[in-house]
Amino acid sequence: MAEVSVRNLGVSFGHLQVLKDLNLEVNAGEFIVLLGPSGCGKSTLLNAIAGLLDINAGQIWIDGKNVTWMEPKDRGIGMVFQSYALYPRMTAEKNLTFGLRVARVPKDEIARRVEKAADLLQIKPLLQRRPAELSGGQRQRVAIGRALVRDVDVFLFDEPLSNLDAKLRTELRVELKKLHNQLGSTMIYVTHDQIEALTLADRIAVMHGGVIQQLATPKEIYRRPVNRFVAGFVGSPAMNFVEGKLTRINGSAVLQLATGETVTLDGYEFATHPEDGRPAVLGVRPEQLDLKSQSGGSMLPIEVTLIDPMGADSLLWGTVASEIVSVRIGPDDVFKAGEKLRASFQPAHASLFDARSGERI
Amino acid sequence: MTARDITAAPAATGSETIAGIDAAVEPHGPKPRRISAGRIGLYAFLVVSALFFLIPLYIMIVTSLKTMPEIRLGNLFNLPADPTIQPWIDALFNACTGLDCEGLSPGFLNSVKITLPSVVVSIVCASINGYALTYWPYKGANLLFALLVFGAFVPYQVVIYPLIIGLSSVGLFASLPGIVIIHTIFGMPLLTLLYRNFYASLPVELFKAARVDGAGFWRIFFMIMVPMSVPITIVAVILQVTGIWNDFLFGVVFAGRPNWPMTVQLNNIVNSTTGVREYNINMAATILTAAVPLIVYFVSGRWFVRGIAAGAVKG
Repeated sequence: MAEVSVRNLGVSFGHLQVLKDLNLEVNAGEFIVLLGPSGCGKSTLLNAIAGLLDINAGQIWIDGKNVTWMEPKDRGIGMVFQSYALYPRMTAEKNLTFGLRVARVPKDEIARRVEKAADLLQIKPLLQRRPAELSGGQRQRVAIGRALVRDVDVFLFDEPLSNLDAKLRTELRVELKKLHNQLGSTMIYVTHDQIEALTLADRIAVMHGGVIQQLATPKEIYRRPVNRFVAGFVGSPAMNFVEGKLTRINGSAVLQLATGETVTLDGYEFATHPEDGRPAVLGVRPEQLDLKSQSGGSMLPIEVTLIDPMGADSLLWGTVASEIVSVRIGPDDVFKAGEKLRASFQPAHASLFDARSGERI
Repeated sequence: MTARDITAAPAATGSETIAGIDAAVEPHGPKPRRISAGRIGLYAFLVVSALFFLIPLYIMIVTSLKTMPEIRLGNLFNLPADPTIQPWIDALFNACTGLDCEGLSPGFLNSVKITLPSVVVSIVCASINGYALTYWPYKGANLLFALLVFGAFVPYQVVIYPLIIGLSSVGLFASLPGIVIIHTIFGMPLLTLLYRNFYASLPVELFKAARVDGAGFWRIFFMIMVPMSVPITIVAVILQVTGIWNDFLFGVVFAGRPNWPMTVQLNNIVNSTTGVREYNINMAATILTAAVPLIVYFVSGRWFVRGIAAGAVKG
């Protein structure tokens, strides 16, 4: 068990500042996912924690020790890479034991650890094969095993499942979660796949432009995104955004759409009380919109464009005040293109963002 | 194109890049048509061209097997009426250059003595260079690399005189170590470029994984990089063996008279101005000198292409 603490971290490549004054506290035994689009600095942060690149400012602490200037091997970390990074000229077993042989661990201790890791990952029959003779999933198991035998408390994963096909990805994802439960180690996991993030993480750090936008539990991230970026990045299909102006009618807040129609916001928890006439963006997830109950609550006027059947449910695409929105509907619901409907939602579960800054109101 | 993409896919996915080269090449593309007039014409042209370029070799071989009286008859293309291998024996052991009449054999030994250490030393240095430049970038590494590559374009004649002065001031001029150093230096730009590009084409995550595993500069080099460098090393060996064996200029300038390589001795035999020109011996001597690079090409051509491809394919 070890906690990881990143303090005021700054990393730049030449003149390009990738991370600036970044802070992250990871509790012992926690599964943290760094989630963000390409180039957001998530892999850079992971490499900095691993000690694989030079940092310009700040400190990194692992298990109560300042490891900022330590070699990767001395930091008590194991790492798994997207491209597996298995040594191609060595068998799976030699791959597992390479680090231990470098560290001159006694032979019987090496054998014990390999045995344990091979059991845990079910790779015993593969140990004498070379990486080229293994499938993608098997290679990634061996790569995870190579991190396991190091007997460390912190595991770093750099998009470990991105090179696998969809089915294998799901399988290994479940196994990783089991592994985390069994080992209880601290895990930091980089991905751009929000499903992986939502399913695996105790907490998710959503990153954008080298800054952690929000660090919270998957539920919190999904339900109460702190800004428009997080709201739009997490969730598939993406959250619907409808622009308007905040005003008041009879003392209660409403959003006035571009078409002039108003949407009541009774029940929405404002962080700060908004002034009148402020341009705002309403964010509602596709499954929060209901086309069945045509009375009460808040209503959005919607015109149907088309319906995408997705098996378990269907997606209805339409427009609200000329902005494209999607609504999750039952697989058997029938609507016609051009039909004009009203979609109701609970303002308490919706999000409101400032139109200019994108911050949650 | 699609069939090609499928067969190429494994090589593109990462760590088995090198192994991917060994994979069988599946046939792809449209099935070739049956023989057509155009095809016959094409092959006829190719065969005639090949024969045309083989004429000098043919003349060399038949001439080297003839006796001098027969050569004087002037029938260049005739097969030898009375084949003899005496010219070959003379070329190797008896041909005279000035006062020495030992043939080419001392030159052959000298060439081996120059080529072997030069190839080994230059390849060891270049691979370490390429590895350090790729994975351990230090301040000014890019500048150094740029200078090295620029060095490939410097004409030899410009640096010969300064090098003579430099080497003689440390007592290495006209010696075996001296010529080895020269070949190593002049092999460095191209070989470093070759190795650097090869290492840069490997997934950098391999290096990171080895760092996390606790391996340092030399251990990563010897245990991870060297075993993966077989294809590019074959290319480097071919380039260096043929280049150094064929070298004349550096050999004549820097090796010193007792160490003159085969090329220099061949020149002395062929260009000797006294006595009768023994064409049969000259031809045999020339073939003997060219034999080593020729054999290297024939044996390794396949590996050469694979090695070049190995460096180029993986991005």
